[in-house]
Amino acid sequence: MREALEGSQAIARAVTLCKPDVVAAYPITPQTHIVENLSELVAEGDLHTEFVSVESEFSAASVVLGAAAAGARAYTASASQGVLLMAEVLFNIAGLRIPLVMTVANRAVSGPLSIWNDHADSMAVRDSGWIQLHCVSNQEAVDTTIQAFRIAQETDLPVMVCMDGFILTHVMEPIDLPEQSEVDAWLPPFVFDRALDPSDPKSLGMMVTPDYFPEIRHAHHAAMEKALPVIEATDRDWEASFGRACGGLLTVEGDAGARVGILAMGSTVGTLRAGMAEPGAAPARLITLRAFRPFPAKALRDAARGLDHLIVIDRAISPGAGGVVGLEVAAALAGHPDMPRLHNHALGLGGRDIPETIYADLIAAIEDTDAPGFSVFDADLSKLAPEDR
Amino acid sequence: MIEYRIHGRGGQGSVSAAYLLASAAFEAGRMCQAFPAFGAERRGAPVTAFVRTDDKPIELRAQVRRPHYLIVQDDTLLHDEAITAGLRPGGGMVVNSAQDSTEVSAHFGCRALCVPANALAVEMIGRPIPNAVLLSVLLTLTGDLPLDALKSALAKRFSGKVLEGNLKMVDRAAKMAEVGAWKENEDA
Repeated sequence: MREALEGSQAIARAVTLCKPDVVAAYPITPQTHIVENLSELVAEGDLHTEFVSVESEFSAASVVLGAAAAGARAYTASASQGVLLMAEVLFNIAGLRIPLVMTVANRAVSGPLSIWNDHADSMAVRDSGWIQLHCVSNQEAVDTTIQAFRIAQETDLPVMVCMDGFILTHVMEPIDLPEQSEVDAWLPPFVFDRALDPSDPKSLGMMVTPDYFPEIRHAHHAAMEKALPVIEATDRDWEASFGRACGGLLTVEGDAGARVGILAMGSTVGTLRAGMAEPGAAPARLITLRAFRPFPAKALRDAARGLDHLIVIDRAISPGAGGVVGLEVAAALAGHPDMPRLHNHALGLGGRDIPETIYADLIAAIEDTDAPGFSVFDADLSKLAPEDR
Repeated sequence: MIEYRIHGRGGQGSVSAAYLLASAAFEAGRMCQAFPAFGAERRGAPVTAFVRTDDKPIELRAQVRRPHYLIVQDDTLLHDEAITAGLRPGGGMVVNSAQDSTEVSAHFGCRALCVPANALAVEMIGRPIPNAVLLSVLLTLTGDLPLDALKSALAKRFSGKVLEGNLKMVDRAAKMAEVGAWKENEDA
């Protein structure tokens, strides 16, 4: 049923529809409303789960790790410093191949302190081995949350659903929440073959000597690669049941014959779509990257083929290297024929508002050089002392 | 697409006003989007919130820079000349204030209607929560959404005596504004 809901409220309702056995989370801006809403749903008897109020994000991640290891469907959520405090456990969750779901309400990372949105937090745990899916809208965040539980249990991998803090979490917009019976029919009950069971004793998380460590890393990498078709198939199956899709691994829209492409993740895509729809706007091929991990390199090459220029938007920066997505796109395209020249720009760091003019501004900024550089596109360098520019 | 910007102070319910307006649009079958521009959250600090309504899905996520209409929940914010920044020609602002509308209008060079919403709210619901009054006045002036949609949105949020008081307040407030007086801005 369609309702006008705040993003966080909608996520709490979507999680409830998935009937998690255990929820453990510690509130942090801008994820707080998700936890508050879940807590309220438990208090009102609408969500029957073991809701564990923990004293830190480290504990939240540890609780859901243990819960899933014991065979429970588990969920957590965090942002920014909370994700960093979880980091050690997040690597363990993924490395032990524990299927669970986490929402990241994407926020900048300190310092300097910022409570506002960018992608620095989920990027900081990029290499933890979690699946990372980015959402354009709150509808996609709701649908992806439910899909994530299925992807997790089909792949034995944890799934991070990334949604832009404030820009999505605090936005009220119309959301179509599925009925409980529809989700029950679509999402199979949680089964974890390696669940710890006293009647059938086994271990999880043992030390692994050099005799097996490379093989385990290889298997994790292979599992991520094998998750690519699972993510696509899950979204297709979702569309077959609910009539709307979330963009599989990535989507391509706009003018198929355009020479210029723009690639982005998350809510920025909406603003780019609005810019592209303006009367007289220059044509472009808009590529929305939904799966950042696993990285869909082949699908990306297919999407970029034939373009002269590809503008890659980053919401996080790896200081001293450039935009994180930009670097990965460059790596995926390198050495292949008919690939575009890349223009990598970071935008909206620490919550800088991304205006509706950004689409035109990005296209106007294309330089015809062989080696276009990286820029923090919306930084006003006049605010800096000359030696800091 | 109609764009609104709401100015208030932390604790006055600027975000609630934005959500209420978006809910009213939803109740009227329109697409809607409402969100705050949070600063460091604390009571009394200036807060801005934004609303968009449209007949088609809203993709744009940028803050509202060129609002059709403004709601100012606290007239101590009028000292900031930038409060009307970007207001579209022919736009208007509804101010929670006992000041003279003509003077405020002349000062800012735009249509303005001041309504003593706090006083009315204290009289009718016993608390200085001005949202239902301000939204009723604005929607009466613009005709953007029927007042019944605002009432439905209130019914989703409140119940019992609080709802009853708010519904009566919507009707009382509507009498303080000229029906459709700001309507032509819808095409701006």
